[in-house]
Amino acid sequence: MILEPRFTDSVADLPTHKFGPSSLTWWGIIGFMIIEGAFFGLAFAAYFFLMGHEQGWPPEGRQAPNLLWGTLFLIVMLLSEIPNSMIKKAARERDVPTIRGLMPVIIGIGGVLLVIRGFEFNNLNCRWTDDAYSSVIWMLLFLHTTHIITDWGDTIVLWLLMRTDLGWEGRRLVDTDENCLYWRYVWLLWIPVYLMIYWVPRL
Amino acid sequence: MTVGGRASVVPLALAASACSYQHYQSTFGNAATEARQFNILFVIFLVICAIMYLAVIAFLVASIARRRRAGEANTVEEGRHHESNPLMRTALISWGAVVGSGLVALAIASFIADRSMASAAANEKLSITVTGNQWWWDVQYNAGDNSKMVRTANEIHLPVGVPVRIYLKSNDVIHSFWVPSLAGKQDLIPGRDTDITVVPRKVGIYRGQCAEFCGAEHAKMALVVDVDSYRDFIKWWQHQLQPAPAPATPLAKAGYAFVTSRNCSVCHAIAGTPASGTVGPDLTHFASRRTIAAGAMPMSEGNLYGWVEDPQSIKPGSKMPTIGLEPNELHAVVAYLETLK
Amino acid sequence: MSAHVPERVRREDERLARERQKIARDGPKLKGAKLEARLERTWSRPRGIIGWLATVDHKEIGRRYIVTALLFLALGGVLALAMRVQLAQPDSALISPQRYNELFTMHGSTMMFLFAVPVMEGVAVFIIPLMLGTRSTAFPRLNAFSYFMYLFGGLLLWGAFLLNIGPDIGWFAYTPLSGPQFSPGKRADIWAQMITFTEVSALAAAVVLVCTILKTRAPGMTLARMPLFAWAMLVVAVMIIFSMPAVALASSMLISDRLIGTNFYNAYEHGDALLWQHLFWFFGHPEVYIIFLPATGFVSVITETFCRRPVFAYPIVVLALISTGILAFGLWVHHMFATGLPRVGYSFYTSASMTVAIPTALQIFCWLATMWDGRPRFQVPMLYVVGFIVTFVIGGLSGVIIASVPLDLQLHDTYFIVAHFHYVLIGGAVFPLLGILTYWYPKITGRMMNETLGKIGFWMIFLGFQLTFFPMHLAGLLGMPRRVYTYPAGVGLELPNLLSSIGAFVVAAAVVLFVINGLFSLYRGAVAPSNPWGASTLEWAAASPPRPYNFAHIPVVESRTPLWDAEGELPVVTGLRVDEKEILLTTVVAATPDLREPVPGASLWPLIAAIAVGVLFVSSIFSPWAVVFGAIPAAIATAAWFWPKELKRHPEPVIS
Repeated sequence: MILEPRFTDSVADLPTHKFGPSSLTWWGIIGFMIIEGAFFGLAFAAYFFLMGHEQGWPPEGRQAPNLLWGTLFLIVMLLSEIPNSMIKKAARERDVPTIRGLMPVIIGIGGVLLVIRGFEFNNLNCRWTDDAYSSVIWMLLFLHTTHIITDWGDTIVLWLLMRTDLGWEGRRLVDTDENCLYWRYVWLLWIPVYLMIYWVPRL
Repeated sequence: MTVGGRASVVPLALAASACSYQHYQSTFGNAATEARQFNILFVIFLVICAIMYLAVIAFLVASIARRRRAGEANTVEEGRHHESNPLMRTALISWGAVVGSGLVALAIASFIADRSMASAAANEKLSITVTGNQWWWDVQYNAGDNSKMVRTANEIHLPVGVPVRIYLKSNDVIHSFWVPSLAGKQDLIPGRDTDITVVPRKVGIYRGQCAEFCGAEHAKMALVVDVDSYRDFIKWWQHQLQPAPAPATPLAKAGYAFVTSRNCSVCHAIAGTPASGTVGPDLTHFASRRTIAAGAMPMSEGNLYGWVEDPQSIKPGSKMPTIGLEPNELHAVVAYLETLK
Repeated sequence: MSAHVPERVRREDERLARERQKIARDGPKLKGAKLEARLERTWSRPRGIIGWLATVDHKEIGRRYIVTALLFLALGGVLALAMRVQLAQPDSALISPQRYNELFTMHGSTMMFLFAVPVMEGVAVFIIPLMLGTRSTAFPRLNAFSYFMYLFGGLLLWGAFLLNIGPDIGWFAYTPLSGPQFSPGKRADIWAQMITFTEVSALAAAVVLVCTILKTRAPGMTLARMPLFAWAMLVVAVMIIFSMPAVALASSMLISDRLIGTNFYNAYEHGDALLWQHLFWFFGHPEVYIIFLPATGFVSVITETFCRRPVFAYPIVVLALISTGILAFGLWVHHMFATGLPRVGYSFYTSASMTVAIPTALQIFCWLATMWDGRPRFQVPMLYVVGFIVTFVIGGLSGVIIASVPLDLQLHDTYFIVAHFHYVLIGGAVFPLLGILTYWYPKITGRMMNETLGKIGFWMIFLGFQLTFFPMHLAGLLGMPRRVYTYPAGVGLELPNLLSSIGAFVVAAAVVLFVINGLFSLYRGAVAPSNPWGASTLEWAAASPPRPYNFAHIPVVESRTPLWDAEGELPVVTGLRVDEKEILLTTVVAATPDLREPVPGASLWPLIAAIAVGVLFVSSIFSPWAVVFGAIPAAIATAAWFWPKELKRHPEPVIS
């Protein structure tokens, strides 16, 4: 360096992990959440734009999607927040055994959700090629499905890692905490998607 | 057109050269109410923008050229890089105020022009529907009953001084209807209805062009607007209502037979004959138009030969195929088409 | 906390705590050449081709971005020359309409997606960590991934063009022309998927930049002391995050319409062609500010250094950047004034489009006031700033003209618009870019560019640009629409077009001269010291070019102009690890030291993941099932990227 250093404080005693906004990955995840939120927000805008052209919604007396499977999905997703919150709390308390025990529950719920999602697709009462209404509700459901699959995959990989010795490391606990945050986002985002697919056509 | 920083000679020369083309396809055409309002508003904007530009350049030049005595400037070498000229803050606020008020004034001028154009066009007396196709214009004059309805293509005749409302539709992709000497443009969008109102003020011939990229031959989708006196317009309309004259010469009769029995009639319509295709331009009074193939070439016998024989070499990609006519068929067809005045 | 921790783990914790005491850290006891030798070893990547592919060094990735973007600039420029040769004369038949449509599609797409945004990202990725006083960006592997995604998108587009299946629908691809009925084949799909590549790349780079700027700044570099270029990039990165999803969604919906028969844009099945325009321009308008705002950052950087004082009214410039970024999202309908939407609604967009000029006008005032108050030195970078002001303001004012609906209805889709956006993009972004490349060239390469060649090049491009684009205003006023492969003789368009074509070759020669200067100076340029321009920001405290670790000690900042206020010595913090890669995280606003963050070493996974995702994207042009099957290798690659190389605990965390 051209300038001589003048030594001030030492940062050696600063921690190498913290929960919440101090964590660098927290910001990364928030960034990706905003990106996905923008994606969905624009998809919603497209939905309302196309709806604005129609006299009836769904148009031409088409049947609205069956409520059963979507509502079942909603209930299971909301219930999944219970083990999710427990895992989040365990992460902050370094309670690795609880994490190791509960993550398979979330993963199992994820599998169940994907099965229900399959039934949902089958019960939309339209095909994506039928018209713009059909295309847009298939698209919303598809986008949310990719959301679920990627978070499910993330959770499986994280669980495998938490089962090793590294699970006791502070940064892995922060990862777990942030994964729970992201799971919350996935079901929170489901609520407007659910309303737009199942309820707005019934208004 | 000249906005500081460059010699004004070239733009004036360009403007002068534009004048000599009688504003054939130019926004300086001033041939309708709408075009005139554009010109006035454009000049207002240009003047105010030019003043703003000169102010920026003046400040720039002054900042560069100003003489600074030693130790007077607020630089790091003089140890004063954290200070600023106290008048700068006032200057900044004034600058912001001037720019803001200038923009407000321009916005108001714009709204006034917009409102005035909308109200000027409120009482249409004539109604036309133009439908855009890849790469030609279908023109239909709307009238109370079908016996007064005229269908033509790529050419519009208008009476001077009469507000006309042109309804715009598209059969395929998005096009844009633009006759700069008369008015601004409006898009033709499949599935949506748009319209434009024009009040022509000057008799003359004006060229327009599609102004929204619509595929291979977007560059050759032009149209001609012929603004006539009211009497001449009515004469034209009456003539357009006539069906095509029956062919008189043997060559023309052979051409008629070819056109009505072969593929031509699948796409084209000629009133008073069995040809009633709607996919391509109506040819009833084709030979009286000024251009061929939506402005691709001026109407002439030689150009007709060229077009009918090999449309793909003149407008490659257009929907009219090159079908390989025998020479005698070609002569016959052209002879017949020339009778369609 | 300790209730859940078994004895074995607790003993391991204690052992690791003891190990932690032995770790070597920088400070008064380890400094100078000995420190630098160890840091060099820690922060260097492996030699050879594998190391080159696996690098996570932001300087290397930034250089790659810049070189690749300049290559695409050259390719896009050659296309422009071809177009100008065609348009030099009326009724020209040199280039067929089909080929011409491909040329302008490729020109626009290359310039907008493969040059303009990536070059700004590349410069930012290179310089921001240096300017902020740290050793790495946040998420360096994501940074590497974003470069490869960009490269693959560019290769897809250009590969298709050279194989004669390139897109021909315009860079904006309006439906229904770009839909399945009117664009059969794969051309439009290739364009749409190139978008997906480049937008994934840009979004990843945006997340990297936001996190770097907010979390890794040097202690004491509060937001109020952060350099204006960093502010510009922060605003731009946030804009990318909000706007790019629009074009990604739109292009995915287009591919879906074309491949699997959805009806988003199909008016006959209740879809709407205008839905495309709304989504595209919701992205498209912020996009141009995404290109312009970094350039305003460049102008602030150059003006400060060459006028020997910080930019006047820093808070105003920051507010101008932020308000431009926000306002940019409210303008998009001004691209749609001719589509027949309600006129009352249009009035809002006219006002918004005019309002956005105000913050930029204020920034211009601030730069001019800085010049007034300082002592400007007109070396090449400053010449480009002057060229920028003279040129960009014309473009800004022609923008004010077309913000008016009655004026735009004549001028929309004509060469007046072509003139306008080249004035703002070349005047407003390329001139500052050429200036900043000259300015940061010594930092990037360790040598100075040739000043004489630089001055000649400046005058050539400045004058050549005016010759090329000024006549286009007139061509538009004389009735020449856009995207036409030829125009008729006798309507007054010959002279403006001929002048533009001549000017284009002058501009091309100037660009070639710039490149020659850049290449020549790599070997023969004057060797550059750390701070050849006598600038004030932290990047000039590092060597030219910087060592892999950037700074031997993390600096502490006490003003907006740290090197001008340094008085011969630079305050630094101590205590970061020397034998593992580590940076300091500080708090978002006040930049107080907060955490120590390990930095990953070189890794091939970003490249492998980019290849897997690339295969997924390209094959999904041909079959929807590719989305399912292609996702599997992409998922495996991503998981492997995250998975640590060693599963044992270290005294302090490492990312392997």
